[in-house]
Amino acid sequence: MKSKFSPPIGKISRIDGQCISLIGDDIDTDRIIPARFLKCVSFDSLGESVFEDDRKTLKGSHPFDLEKNKNAIILIVNSNFGCGSSREHAPQALMRWGIKAIIGESFADIFYSNCIAIGIPCFTLPKKSIEEIQNYCDNQFLFLEIDLENSLAKSKDLTLNIEIKETTRKMFLSGEWDATSTLMENENLIENKFNQLPYIKFNTDLAI
Amino acid sequence: MSQDTLFDKVWDLHKVSSLPGGSDQIFIGLHLIHEVTSPQAFGALKDKNLKVKFPDRTVATVDHIVPTDNQSRPFKDNLAEQMIATLEKNCLEHKIRFFNIGSGNQGIVHVVAPELGLTQPGMTIACGDSHTSTHGAFGSIAFGIGTSQVRDVLASQTIAMNKLKVRQIWCENKLSNGVYAKDLVLHIINKLGVKAGVGFAYEFAGPAIDALSMEERMTICNMSIEGGARCGYINPDDKTFNYIKNKLCAPKNEHWGKALTWWKSLKSDDDSIYDDVIKIDASKIEPTVTWGITPGQSIGISQQIPLLDDLSPNDKLVAEEAYEYMSFNPGQSIKDIPVEVCFIGSCTNGRISDLRIAAKVLKGKKVSKNVKAFVVPGSEKVANEAKQEGLDKIFKDSGFQWRDPGCSMCLAMNSDKLIGNQVSASSSNRNFKGRQGSPSGRTLLMSPAMVAAAAINGKVSDVREFINL
Repeated sequence: MKSKFSPPIGKISRIDGQCISLIGDDIDTDRIIPARFLKCVSFDSLGESVFEDDRKTLKGSHPFDLEKNKNAIILIVNSNFGCGSSREHAPQALMRWGIKAIIGESFADIFYSNCIAIGIPCFTLPKKSIEEIQNYCDNQFLFLEIDLENSLAKSKDLTLNIEIKETTRKMFLSGEWDATSTLMENENLIENKFNQLPYIKFNTDLAI
Repeated sequence: MSQDTLFDKVWDLHKVSSLPGGSDQIFIGLHLIHEVTSPQAFGALKDKNLKVKFPDRTVATVDHIVPTDNQSRPFKDNLAEQMIATLEKNCLEHKIRFFNIGSGNQGIVHVVAPELGLTQPGMTIACGDSHTSTHGAFGSIAFGIGTSQVRDVLASQTIAMNKLKVRQIWCENKLSNGVYAKDLVLHIINKLGVKAGVGFAYEFAGPAIDALSMEERMTICNMSIEGGARCGYINPDDKTFNYIKNKLCAPKNEHWGKALTWWKSLKSDDDSIYDDVIKIDASKIEPTVTWGITPGQSIGISQQIPLLDDLSPNDKLVAEEAYEYMSFNPGQSIKDIPVEVCFIGSCTNGRISDLRIAAKVLKGKKVSKNVKAFVVPGSEKVANEAKQEGLDKIFKDSGFQWRDPGCSMCLAMNSDKLIGNQVSASSSNRNFKGRQGSPSGRTLLMSPAMVAAAAINGKVSDVREFINL
């Protein structure tokens, strides 16, 4: 929330910036954005409430409250990040706080697809590498240059072979992560499928 | 790669195209929406000047934000009122069928769709809610999606998705008395872990699953996501077909026979291939209770909270976090831990059979004076049926508050919340930090029968000691 938020659009091939480390396995989306903040009809104001309860509990020492992290854009996490609720509010809140990419040991499925759908690439690295990066982040600033074309993340003294599903990587490079228009291009195929499905004919009374 | 499973058959049937990036475009046969994850999707349609492609294939209800003590409009909570009003407006504008409060069919979306007969074998079902996996109990392929995908389904009736792998969880033997579907699924999640299901659909099968009622099967599939699997399903059988028959939106007349023939062809072939198979002995399971901050941190009622040394290296970090948050000691028995709030409800265990078994435990008994207990029926239908059977009276006589339908304290988006670090015995699905509305609230997940037993004793109890079940 350092500068005015603008959502990503189009092709995403590079993300360069400072890392912020958040330690913990199975960090669920209720923790990323508690349910009371879901009472909204737009995502606009979610950034300031990201990790609200965890931050309050830690009284200023949560990574998202530390002065040194205020310009960070690459989040480093451990395993099964984003488990639980399907709320897209979680990655939306992270994105609106400033996060543009996430590197972790592993991600929950729905969170991962929500991240793709809003333009946040998620990469994986083995546990040991993540822990090394997190230790590094604790002591000094870590700036990474993420190159999606080559699945590499580099800093001045480190080169990491970050992993991303090939389908996902291609979607970011082509801009098709914003799927609506791609899906709608197949209008005829969709109509055909609708007409082929046996159960559409069984349920004739769904219309109002 | 899996072959000839129900998942493969339904996926292949609904595949519209292979997308340039390599993922599949999948047609969504039934789209369910509610007030929390849909407004931004409708907003995005408006921004892009798009229409709803097949309004008949989307059905709406309101559940997450509804108050359970007074549902008259406008709601006392302005934000909640704004959300229901937005959903009403969107449904009206886009000609989407909406089961509103007072319609007789409102309730938790995953309770309502099956009881209306909307949920059927062989469908793909999506909803902006992770517990959409519930509908897999009918042999549909059902999964939660985010708001951007809700937008995509509204606009195109399709989503982009990578095909999941399939793991069969074969449950041998039968559950013993006093042990329920909730105990079985908590046990499975404990054995496999909360992330084992990432990238998988879970097929629950075997004699213990065959023996379950449809409502119990919904409890199992509902919690697939707590094991990391966004989709869980059970092959349809006669119980499935009998449940659907004569429901409001079930196939009627000449369509019924055709539907039945097709549904019977869907189940996984005897020689189908799975990516993985796991076996569970259902007869060995006790009433099961969570002690920590993930649904995988559970133990049998006779067991003790595990010591750090007894856990695998990968589970230690979260276990330490859980000991601290819960203020429980490793080695402590789960039985007799005092509880202050008892909640029966949710898409996991808010159905009529859940209320029946809890009422059976409570009949003629009183809730402990130290406990606030309330029951929130999963839907208006469940509430009406319970009233006809006199269950509401049993609950009220015992000291339970009888509420109106909604998601309530499962996720605490309405005014039903824990206070401070209260301990709740809850029939819901998540014991995450802060999940039930207080940033320091503590949740113990268990079956509705076990919640009733805890309410009577004011502490975690073994329901098998209560009645001849």
